[in-house]
Amino acid sequence: MSGNGQQKKEAGNKVPDNKAPDSKAPDSKAPKRQKVIALKPKERMKIPRHLPNEQDPTERITNFCEVSNGFDIDKAIAEANRCLECNDPVCMHACPVNVDIPAFIQLLYQGDYAGAIRKIRESNYLPAICGRVCPQENLCENSCIVGKKLEPLAIGKMERFLADYEARSGTFTPPPLAESKGQSVAVVGSGPGGLTVAAELAQMGYDVTIFEALHEAGGVLKYGIPEFRLPKQIVDEEVERVKALGVKIETNVIIGRTLTIDELLGEMGFGAVYIGTGAGSPRFLNVPGENLSGVYSASELLTRVNLMKAYKFPEFDTPMQIGNKVVVLGGGDVAMDAVRTSKRLGPEQTLLLYRRSREEMPARIEEVHHAEEEGIEFHFLTSPVAIHGDENGWVKAIECQKMELGEPDEKGRRRPIPIEGSSFIIETDTVVVAIGQSPNPIIQQTTPGLETTKWGTIVVDDDCATSRPGIFAGGDISRGGATVIQAVADGKRASRSIDAYLAKLREELVPGTAKNHSKQE
Amino acid sequence: MYRIIQTETLAPTITKLTVEAPLIARKRKAGNFVIVRPTPTGERIPLTIVDSDPDKGTIVIIVQAIGKTTHIITGMKEGEYLMDVVGPLGEPTPVSDFGTVVCIGGGVGTAVIYPIAKALKEAGNRVISIIGARNRELVILEDEMAAVSDELIVTTDDGSHGKKGFVTDALQEIITGQGKPDAVYAIGPLPMMRAVANVTREPEIRTWVSLNPIMMDGTGMCGACRVTVGNEMKFACVDGPEFDAHEVNFDELIARNRTYAGPEQEAFSTWKNRTETTDCKHL
Repeated sequence: MSGNGQQKKEAGNKVPDNKAPDSKAPDSKAPKRQKVIALKPKERMKIPRHLPNEQDPTERITNFCEVSNGFDIDKAIAEANRCLECNDPVCMHACPVNVDIPAFIQLLYQGDYAGAIRKIRESNYLPAICGRVCPQENLCENSCIVGKKLEPLAIGKMERFLADYEARSGTFTPPPLAESKGQSVAVVGSGPGGLTVAAELAQMGYDVTIFEALHEAGGVLKYGIPEFRLPKQIVDEEVERVKALGVKIETNVIIGRTLTIDELLGEMGFGAVYIGTGAGSPRFLNVPGENLSGVYSASELLTRVNLMKAYKFPEFDTPMQIGNKVVVLGGGDVAMDAVRTSKRLGPEQTLLLYRRSREEMPARIEEVHHAEEEGIEFHFLTSPVAIHGDENGWVKAIECQKMELGEPDEKGRRRPIPIEGSSFIIETDTVVVAIGQSPNPIIQQTTPGLETTKWGTIVVDDDCATSRPGIFAGGDISRGGATVIQAVADGKRASRSIDAYLAKLREELVPGTAKNHSKQE
Repeated sequence: MYRIIQTETLAPTITKLTVEAPLIARKRKAGNFVIVRPTPTGERIPLTIVDSDPDKGTIVIIVQAIGKTTHIITGMKEGEYLMDVVGPLGEPTPVSDFGTVVCIGGGVGTAVIYPIAKALKEAGNRVISIIGARNRELVILEDEMAAVSDELIVTTDDGSHGKKGFVTDALQEIITGQGKPDAVYAIGPLPMMRAVANVTREPEIRTWVSLNPIMMDGTGMCGACRVTVGNEMKFACVDGPEFDAHEVNFDELIARNRTYAGPEQEAFSTWKNRTETTDCKHL
């Protein structure tokens, strides 16, 4: 890319106000992007968005294989042809980690798949994962200029294609690592945030160890998100690519129990700690009957099926006991995952109850759409009041009431209000509660001086620094409940803060070492 | 992978395993447990840490073969490996000098009460222990319990060893004969713990029980282990596993523990049949 004097043209294009946390403000001195796509803009605007091949709904509800098969080479390149190569790429600003989307699309268009995936990985080390589970429709694709007239570019599907192509062709080569800085960092939790922090810091020359409480690395990507949305092999491959940077992963270590944060910073000699333990503690409704047999948290259902592979029972030893009719309560992504997972376990009927209307559902539209295709029955404006059991302590019915929408709450969502005398009974033998997760409290309880909120989240500043020096946190443990890509964005921000913090320590120890990043060993 | 250093058969279905787990051994306190996943396709189950040796880096678990997973674990030999062991989990037992304490172990629950009795003794209590089993063969850790108790009473349902009767009978006798103890710790099958709670409720004797609900992660993430204690929802893995016996809703927990009875039975019989078929080929 070359060319200068772009000042004037770009001056009018302001960065959107909702600047992403990781936003590197677009450099006004950056060279103007060279156009590489041969088609004229008008021709590009005639091409409709390409659709990925998907498993037929009637087929896919009988298996746990991935719903979407993504793009093949032809579709990926054809989709790349739709890019307008905007001078001010709003898609890139809308991405929480500012992936250089036009650049990777151009490389894809030119057939340089290795270059394209390298370009993505400069900003996001987990493209195979984010290409699948990132809510692109609210982020990059929502801001795509093509989308003003036609459907926006399928940016997520192109990202996924490049990641999968690299994996299938075995062309991954780890990016170069900076010279060792002779300092080590402990990362707590191997979810998307932890993996990102580890990958970033390893590339900067730090010695990184991830501590994972479960027996497999991946965090929520393993126990939470179902196989049919994010195959576990994909997660394993991404984890291997993080390990390829020299990152060590210690599974079966619960920080706060097996080791404490203070031990990591003290006798174990880590210079800094990143806490990315997520929000995995299930919330319950606080209605009568919630502890009956046959009432599960979404976390239990999903962990059994995803991490423990209950869908392969008895080949795998962990069972999941699903009855003839499953009622899932909630309207978020986890509720959607729970209801679609339940459906695949073979009940006769699968229902989802949500206390507001379709418009207020926090779940991704794509997943709601997939769930509807799969025959999930949605009951909106319906709220549970009590769960009733039989003489053996098993759930037999759920008592509900109808709701109507009142004034918007502080988040702008209309508040559901019960309608008097509207209660009714739904008979069922399985209830799954998917109304949200809270942060796991173990680290907060065992780390003196670590400031937390009344919701149990860890207090952090804009640089992911906690109330204690050397301890950083991000993702759901500080946000309370967010997305994979926000965890990735926090991870990137935190890695820069940790680098700055450790550089200061180096400077204090051996003046002059921080600046030239020299050979301290 | 966690190497099994030593195994010992304590009773026909009960095995004691000493396992290499240095980080856990260093931290473990009485009342803590581990989650064990024996094989790559195995399930995660909670097991109390009976003893630990921080210098050798080992922990001791005692397992009764009931279902598939426990049969796999008790069938393991020295030098073999448990796939995953994680801990120490749960809140440690509240140990202090209460005065006179009665420690009750029922069946394999004796393995769980042993470290607690030991800790209570070390804290200066007068420890009276009651261990109960269905018959003589199933009485475990009798010598160990005797060593940490000022007085040890053994009961068997059939009278084949010690006193004939239930642990609650022996407890009642102590209360009547020696007066109210200052605290009671009872660990065993849920109906036994419920019965002990019923004995000590009226005389208002502080009583703790250790609950064994279904668990998966052991860190408060799955909610499978939720129990009602004093009309509040508690997670046994992080809030327990020990609770005030008089506050626990035992009936609910007994029902909840049956949730997976069907599939568990299926897994066990499939596994058992497979093993037997394999064995036949070698004959």
